[in-house]
This record gives sequence, C-alpha cells and structure tokens, in this order.
Amino acid sequence: MNINIKDLYFTYPTGLEALKGINLTIESGEQVAIVGQNGAGKTTLARHFNGLLKPTSGSVSIGDWETTKYSTAKLASRVGYVFQNPDEQLFSRDVRTEVSFGPKNLGYSKEKIDELVKRALSLTELNGKTETNPYDLSPAWRKMVALASIIAMDTPIIIFDEPTTGQDALNVGRIARVIAELRHEGKTVITITHDIDFCAENFDRVIALAKGQVLLDGMTKDVLGEEETLAQTYVDPPQLTRLGKALGLKDTVTTQEEFLKAIMWG
Amino acid sequence: MAFVNIQNLTYKYPLTKEPVLKNINLQVQEGEFVSVIGPNGAGKSTLCYALAGFVPHFFKGEISGEIEVDGKLSSKSTLDEWVLNVGLAFQNPFNQISGAKYTVFEEIAFGLENIGVPRDEMKKRVEDAMSLTGISELADRSPYSLSGGQQQRVALTSILVMRPSLLVLDEPTSQMDPIGTREVFGVVRKMAEEGMTVMMVEHKVEWIANFADRVIALKDGQILLEGKPNEVLTSDVLVEHGFGVSRYTSTAREAKQRGLWKKNNLPVTLDEAVQGFKP
Repeated sequence: MNINIKDLYFTYPTGLEALKGINLTIESGEQVAIVGQNGAGKTTLARHFNGLLKPTSGSVSIGDWETTKYSTAKLASRVGYVFQNPDEQLFSRDVRTEVSFGPKNLGYSKEKIDELVKRALSLTELNGKTETNPYDLSPAWRKMVALASIIAMDTPIIIFDEPTTGQDALNVGRIARVIAELRHEGKTVITITHDIDFCAENFDRVIALAKGQVLLDGMTKDVLGEEETLAQTYVDPPQLTRLGKALGLKDTVTTQEEFLKAIMWG
Repeated sequence: MAFVNIQNLTYKYPLTKEPVLKNINLQVQEGEFVSVIGPNGAGKSTLCYALAGFVPHFFKGEISGEIEVDGKLSSKSTLDEWVLNVGLAFQNPFNQISGAKYTVFEEIAFGLENIGVPRDEMKKRVEDAMSLTGISELADRSPYSLSGGQQQRVALTSILVMRPSLLVLDEPTSQMDPIGTREVFGVVRKMAEEGMTVMMVEHKVEWIANFADRVIALKDGQILLEGKPNEVLTSDVLVEHGFGVSRYTSTAREAKQRGLWKKNNLPVTLDEAVQGFKP
C-alpha cells in the first residue's frame, strides 16, 4: 500500500507554516527514516499519514484513500502511529487491556485479537508485564507498551515518532528487532528520529527535512554521506561515517564492518 | 567540604518492593559537571528526584541516609526552601510545562513570579536566559505549539532563570537535534565554569566525554563505576552490564581484537578515534 504525497502544504492555525510543498512516494514495504532539525516539520508530516492533520493544500493518499475523505479512526486500519511521548497514548489499567484496545476497535474476531496481542507482547518482550498498570512501568517500558499497542493493530503502515528517545542500549536493540520483524512481514515502517546511528543501522531510505521541505531523499548511505547538505538541517552523519571522512576513506561507511574493512584495505 | 554530599542513601518508593537506590555515597564539588549514565531502571531519575528534594518530600516512601547540598540537609528542609537552591529539568518536558501560561516568555517567568522577583528584573532575567539557550525567537509561541526539542529547551531555560546553585538535568537533550544538543552541553559547561554545580543524566556518551568532568555509572540503584569520562566510558564493565557505548569505542574494541587498534586507551570521541586510527 503506497503513500502518495502531492504538493503538501500545511499551516497551523497560529499561522506557522510547517510544511511547504512536500512531494513524496513511499512504497509498500519500505523502511524509511525521516530526519531533520527540531521544528523541521517531521512530526507535522507524520501526522498527515494517519489524518491527525489534514493538508492546508495538496494531498496525502494512503493506498487509494485520500486522507481528507476518511476519518482518523478509519485511517487507523491502515496506519498505526506510535507517539513520541507514550503518555499521550496510554490510558488502560493494565498492559494487556491497553494492547488489546486497538485490534478490538478494528473489529477483528476474538481469536485474531488474541493472536495479534500475543505476538505484539512477545515481540516487545512484555510477556512478564501483562497485568501491570502501564503507569507503574518506567518511561522506557511504557514506550514498549505504546509500540506493542500499535503493532497489535496489524496495520500495513506503522509510524514511529522518535522510538529510541530515552531508551538504553538494550531497549534500542529490542526496538531494532521489532523493526526487523516488521520488515520481514512486509510492513512499511516510517520512523522519525534524531538517532542517526540507529537510522544508519536499521533503515534503507532516509528523507531529510529542513524548514518544511524535503532537503534530501535517497538510499541511506547516499543521504548520510552528504555531510554539508545535512548540516543545513542540523543532522550530523553517523559516528563511523564522520570518522571515515576524517580519516580520508574513499567510500562512505555507515556500519562497523564497512569501516573495519575499509581501514584494513586502505 | 563537598558541595553535594550524599551519605548512605537508600530509598524505596511507596509502591515498589525493592529499594530503587541502594546505599549511594556521592560527593560533588562546587562548579563540577558530573554526568550520570545507566540503563533503564538503574535509578537515574530517582537520584535526580532525591537531589531535587522530590524524594522523599513529594513522593514519600522510605528513605535512609542523608542528602546535603550547600551545607543544608534535605531531611531538615521543606521542599519550598529546597527548590530555591536546586533546580531540576524533568526528563519529559511535557510534565514540567505549567499549563498555566500562554507564551514561552510567561512560562519562563513563572518561577520568578512565584518568588516575587520585581517586574523589571524578572523581564531582564527571562530575556537573558532565553538568549543564553537560543530560544529568544520562541518568546511569543505557546509552549504547547513547540516541537519536543524546543519544549526541552524551554524547560531547561525555566530552570536556569532561577539561578539554582545545583542544576539537575534528567536527559535534557533526549529529543534534540545535534545543534540543540551541542548548545545545551555548551551552556551547561559555561554554567559550571561560572560556579554552578551540575548533575546531568545523559545517554549521549560522546558529548559527555567532551564536556563533563566526571562520569558516574549507575546500575540497579548502585554506583558501578565512577571516574574520568574516558576511563569510565571505555570500561569493559559497561558492556557486560548493558550500557550504551560510543560507536567509536565499540568499533575500536573490535579493531583491537583484529590488531587494527594499537593504542592502550579506547576512544570515546571523534578526535580520540581519529588519533588512534590515523595511519
């Protein structure tokens, strides 16, 4: 299910012009990271995917649905959205109820709901915490609950808004495994992130936004190698990419193996 | 006499079974910039709350040991007195923003209003603090119309404007782009050089190595390691305990195994990595 964005402009009621002419196609099954400085319009753009925001002009289509013609509740069957702040999204008395809420609302059968909830809880390693009140968990685990509750909806498209914020290395690893599994299942995953090393290690395509427009869009390695252009939107390339550049390596490297190979062979 | 002196601090929230902090002993000198790292659930935020007086004065629970800041004991102070000396920027800026103010300017002035600072002085202090953290252009925006990173800067500014002698920051850059992160570390360093004592919880180890004086690694409510940034941040112990490390450190560690890193010390920062990998 493709996402098509045509000449998207969005102005907040306050007069703030957050998006100024975005054109993008994201194809079914792509793993896309959206990067850019604070206030670049990343979250504003992502909130158009599930109709939380509607274009001031231009259009956003999810498959054959133009978002202005469908409610957010309806769009939720195609696009799941994990908020930056889990506290904006959690409200149930225990983890299992929370994670079951989405699939129940989508009207799946009881068997299917049980299966989806089970899979979401095990992917996010929440099995031991199903009866806990989400607000008795640490913020990091609340984030995993927020992730699970969206994954359980089994939508073809999933948006993560800053999934690694405030997460330690173990949880970042867990989130990377969740994304890998979603990729394996053929889901489209779109992630907003400032964690550029995480971006380099988990995504095929990177879109850099600056001041409400697309600055760069392409394969991860090509985009993250554009140090000077990225600087316009305050994105530093990954640590190993910067190290490779500083050492004068010929090719752009983004991962440890690439880097070690490059210095071994000169 | 240390500016911050924590003695045998053990603390349990009202509803937790186990103590979250276990026999913490920690001294911080005046003007020192100390960074605290640790996995989720290590007790980092609780330690921040303890320094800021919220533990135990707000959260209650069971506490033993003593927390002393600038010669005053937390156990002998009220929260009202304590917050004049110690400022805490919360991990989640959404929890800190008052909700009572329409503009960023008013939000930042809120604390000063509460302690009765005269109008002209208040205006000047708010303007100075906003210019320090680079948010002057946000003055007339609603705090709720800002991006996550911008809100974090507002939250930090609203604490800095109070001029606390101890500044406690709980992951102040978690939602920030690299420029925001660099500016916050720069501002905090400057504050420390002007004599403010700083305790900052952070995950961004490359920045810590560039700016902090000392690093404390917390795990399961206890201090696992403390010392100079490079020493702590390159320790094998961190890897065994699930701490995040710099890609420079992990890559050099692997390179060392393959004979491609010759130095004794592993790098944390770009400069250190370049020095070591340079042919």
